[in-house]
Amino acid sequence: MADVAVRQELAGGSLPARDILTLLAPSGVRREDPALECDLDAGAAARLWEAMVIGRRLDRAAVALTRQGELGVYASSAGQEACQVGPVLALDAEDWMFPTYRETVAVVTRGVDPVEALALYRGSAHCGFDPRAARIAPSATPIATQALHAVGFAMAAARTGSSVAALAFLGDGATSEGDAHEALNFAGVFRAPCVFFVQNNGWAISVPIEHQAGNVVLAARGAAYGIPALRIDGNDVLATYAATRAALARARSGGGPTLIEAVTYRMEAHTTADDPSRYREAAVLDAWRQRDPLARMERYLRDAGVLDDARVASVTAEADERAARLRRALQDAAPLDPLRLFDHVYSAPTPLLERQRAQLADELSRMEP
Amino acid sequence: MSAPVRLAESPSTGTARGGVSLAEALNRALADAMAADERVVVYGEDVGKLGGVFRVTDGLAERFGEQRCFDSPLAESGIVGTAIGMAMFGLRPVVELQFDGFSYPAFNQVVSHLAKLRYRSQGRLDLPVVIRIPYGGGIGSVEHHSESPEVYYAHTAGLKVVTPSTPSDAYALLRAAIDCPDPVVFLEPKRRYWEREDVTLPSPAVALGSAAVRREGRDVTVLAYGPTVPVALAAAEEAVGEGWSVEVVDVRSLSPLDEETIVASARRTGRVVVVQEAPRLAGYGAELAAVVGEGAFGWLEAPVQRVTGFDTPYPPARFEGWYLPDADRVLDAIAVAMAY
Ligand SMILES: Cc1ncc(C[n+]2csc(CCOP(=O)(O)OP(=O)(O)O)c2C)c(N)n1
Repeated sequence: MADVAVRQELAGGSLPARDILTLLAPSGVRREDPALECDLDAGAAARLWEAMVIGRRLDRAAVALTRQGELGVYASSAGQEACQVGPVLALDAEDWMFPTYRETVAVVTRGVDPVEALALYRGSAHCGFDPRAARIAPSATPIATQALHAVGFAMAAARTGSSVAALAFLGDGATSEGDAHEALNFAGVFRAPCVFFVQNNGWAISVPIEHQAGNVVLAARGAAYGIPALRIDGNDVLATYAATRAALARARSGGGPTLIEAVTYRMEAHTTADDPSRYREAAVLDAWRQRDPLARMERYLRDAGVLDDARVASVTAEADERAARLRRALQDAAPLDPLRLFDHVYSAPTPLLERQRAQLADELSRMEP
Repeated sequence: MSAPVRLAESPSTGTARGGVSLAEALNRALADAMAADERVVVYGEDVGKLGGVFRVTDGLAERFGEQRCFDSPLAESGIVGTAIGMAMFGLRPVVELQFDGFSYPAFNQVVSHLAKLRYRSQGRLDLPVVIRIPYGGGIGSVEHHSESPEVYYAHTAGLKVVTPSTPSDAYALLRAAIDCPDPVVFLEPKRRYWEREDVTLPSPAVALGSAAVRREGRDVTVLAYGPTVPVALAAAEEAVGEGWSVEVVDVRSLSPLDEETIVASARRTGRVVVVQEAPRLAGYGAELAAVVGEGAFGWLEAPVQRVTGFDTPYPPARFEGWYLPDADRVLDAIAVAMAY
């Protein structure tokens, strides 16, 4: 771990924004930072907290539903709620986001029904929601690939005079892929109205950030590609919101892309199929629990007089109700139609697919009693 | 994913714990190869401390140290590209690409350089690189974790492509692949990782380029490889009830291909069914059918039947039971062949 500190220090020299920007200390005390302006007062900020409460509750439900076999596997957002709620609520209605498998809370925050958001993990559809209606690309599993889609989308928007911007989510591990570098470079060259939001949660499955990158300050990549970059506290939802909001405003006004590195921590296993005890000490989680994104926001809102026990109870009850609805919907789901597996391979089925569909239909009819 | 068993340091006998699993046999092959030749290095995503997401590299970093087994950054093109450089220096890299669907970022390095450097350098450079890829479906995973990319590699001149179906073959073929002076794409049938066989390792050597007759029969030959070999064997067993004697050939080496064993079997039985998980169009089964057509035309009683995955992208997990070729489908194809 000393190694980490040394590397961080070394890397600090090449960092455009010196420090990790925070608007809300872990204690819940509000700070000002000239580099990061937040236009929300406490009253308006309460919806960020509400979305995090609901997101965390659904995330917990998804983990439980995996244990019960309703989902095949699940990649939890636990601990990263501020990274998934802040940027999404900073989007305008017309903007698009390009998430990964990690972003279920972000997808739900954008308004997608949790049942649809979780179809990927249920194994009932590769993407359960309508990307055009939600203005969300299907969650990408091949690492970093979606970053290029976001850039191309943004380039198209700029070329056609549209004010739509694109938000790409990336993990820290993803920044190692060639696609991530190519995306940053394209965005830099074409000044694409695109925001790269990197959740540096410390881990890519079992590989810690200090083995992933020679310079663990991922925001430093911005300078290499001519992209303004900032490093923020990923557990501070005011910071994730404000940083994304400012980056989107820059994108829309022709100022090009922004790279945001949000420093956070993956509190759960990589997915429900992973066993983190093989590669990390559970004790490190304690320090990160002290930095919990929900707790600090609740404290801030209570101190500001925006939140009281009654409102906490009602938001918690609503979150529980949504989790219960999700559970019921999955448990009562109608059986799948096997023949759907042939749908949408092409704009119209080919003769080969027609034959194969008929073959399966025949097999199924022979299986009936 | 099931709990791994530490195997890197103990000799494995098939009797102690009810056999050796395919994953354990691979682990043992890596350990033995590393012990035998210090030029063998193992790397890839999560292969170090974690021991790989399927635990195939379990214990190797601990036993051989970080210079010999280590985690790479998350970058498949980087993994294969650096393996090429390491091999040029004189090492024998055995790299893991975590899943079939994540082998594609490395495709450029594989096709443009790994496969061609011997040819391009007029034989002055050889690249003894092994790329291990867990492949195929049947584990209920999310998209991009269940693909069968074997033809992309088999179609590329300069690469050898093998895929074991049993623990003893897994051991022997991986040792042969590591010893091979040519680059080898080593496809591991992930849904068979935990299947056990009563075997003592090291298992007898197997040459790359040889098929194996798994079950002898008179009426029909079923050609299968990797994950579908047990499917073919199950169908052969069921066929007994219909009065059909089915021969099962495990192709196991897709490039080079043991045409002799395959043609000899086809000539013996006169009927051939090929099985693959991959979609049908331009699949490996089409090559097998052509080899049989060329070599056994005069002996055939029926056209070669193909049992394949459907020509769709690999479907969501809840559909894969309908997608994957099973023993019933193989039996249907045998029935069609027998009806001629
Ligand atoms: C191209 C590719 N290679 C490998 C994988 C397997 N894989 C899935 S998640 C993951 C780690 C990703 O780490 P990071 O980008 O930090 O995101 P996190 O999962 O921590 O959110 C890996 C290696 C993949 N999905 N895609």
